[in-house]
Amino acid sequence: MATTTSPNTLPELTTDDLSRYSRHLILPEVGMEGQRRLKAARVLCVGTGGLGSPLALYLAAAGIGTLGLVDFDVVDASNLQRQIIHSTKDIGRKKLDSAEEKLLALNPALNVVKYDTMLSSANALDILKDYDIVADGTDNFPTRYLVNDACVLLGKPNVYGSIFRFEGQASVFATKQGPCYRCLYPEPPPPGLVPSCAEGGVLGILPGLLGVIQATEAIKLILGKGDSLVGRLLLVDALNMRFRELKLRKNPDCPICGTNPTVTQLIDYQQFCGIVPESRQEKAVKNGIPQLSVKELKRRLDAGEDPLILDVREPYEYQIANIGGTLIPQNDVPQRLAEIDREREIVVQCRSGARSQRIAEFLVQAGYPKVVNLAGGILAWADEIDPKMQKY
Amino acid sequence: MIIYIPTPLRPYAAGQSSVEVVAGTIAEALSSLTGTHPELQKHLYTEQGKLRAFVNLYLNDEDIRYLPAKEATSVSATDTLSIIPSIAGGC
Repeated sequence: MATTTSPNTLPELTTDDLSRYSRHLILPEVGMEGQRRLKAARVLCVGTGGLGSPLALYLAAAGIGTLGLVDFDVVDASNLQRQIIHSTKDIGRKKLDSAEEKLLALNPALNVVKYDTMLSSANALDILKDYDIVADGTDNFPTRYLVNDACVLLGKPNVYGSIFRFEGQASVFATKQGPCYRCLYPEPPPPGLVPSCAEGGVLGILPGLLGVIQATEAIKLILGKGDSLVGRLLLVDALNMRFRELKLRKNPDCPICGTNPTVTQLIDYQQFCGIVPESRQEKAVKNGIPQLSVKELKRRLDAGEDPLILDVREPYEYQIANIGGTLIPQNDVPQRLAEIDREREIVVQCRSGARSQRIAEFLVQAGYPKVVNLAGGILAWADEIDPKMQKY
Repeated sequence: MIIYIPTPLRPYAAGQSSVEVVAGTIAEALSSLTGTHPELQKHLYTEQGKLRAFVNLYLNDEDIRYLPAKEATSVSATDTLSIIPSIAGGC
């Protein structure tokens, strides 16, 4: 399916365009008309991070006319292992500004539209409506369902890519004939079950692979050439360099794109994904687990108290930095309960407080009476107690 | 038959990326898998014994939800079962 602009209304190519895109113009699958379609096209990139970086750069290189960018984040050193649109000098800078600068350096004729906001049910339809194609480069389930639903409701194709550690998925959702994201996954996993890149790690090259696949699909949709990933789920295993393909079907009972849709407007996606907003009072306790601040732990240790600090990270993390806790990696905890004394107060600790929260909940379910979670983990300790501690 | 284990579930399958089982149907294959790796049970199934909605199962390249016999579908030794959970990373 090409974007539906008739050849007469397509923008003309300038002499600069003709020389810049010569390698496209001599390709039968692109040619003058294809390049003009690219120039007329408006693509929205939701996210300018791992996936968004290569995606936006290659769309700019290909001669897309208008690129919308949605991102509210700021460049951090740990991004530079994979978010290649940003540079070292951009650390601390808004990702939108950094991305715009690199995109215009590559292609000064590109029209960049920046949306310095978090995509939400309140703004998604408004932002997406002016674009032909949406490329989902986000990193969380609520936004993925939001983008999907907005695309279905507006009739815009959703070029999808997602990654985890060294595996990725890609497809094209929300075309009229094809399935949408909800056809594939009607429900999200409960919060905390699938780690984020920050918690699970990610091979730096991986979003590069998937982001360029997304750019490829967007370009093919605009040109109306080739076989798109509509109805196909591409699975990438970078570690073993295996590419597999699974069939995706449109679900006739899909609540948003099926024959009798029950979802006809955007919903509360945080609630849909089971994420309950924390009120002030609730911050002290999460899912029944008391949260201990690093300051309070330091005070207790200095006062001579002797809680068991259970460090549930991996051995290589312990080598980078630790606060002297007893190391039992999270996946070993169930088999090593004999080493965790029920009589003592257990302070569960990890890097940022997420894994330790889950293990704390597990210990409580296993009958441990005195369990607390070290809120913010070793990162909070490095920030507030020991600035010389190595952060990672 | 081979069952492919996705990355997020490998810690519960002794770190393996695939597991070999002997089974006559999809249901038997999954039973054999969770029998050998009981921790997978709660990640794949709800307390009511239903497959979790964010996990998809594919027999070769076909989603089992669309097979007429679903989990009762017979399988041969050369078939593969893939467990495909949803992942959201992108940053």
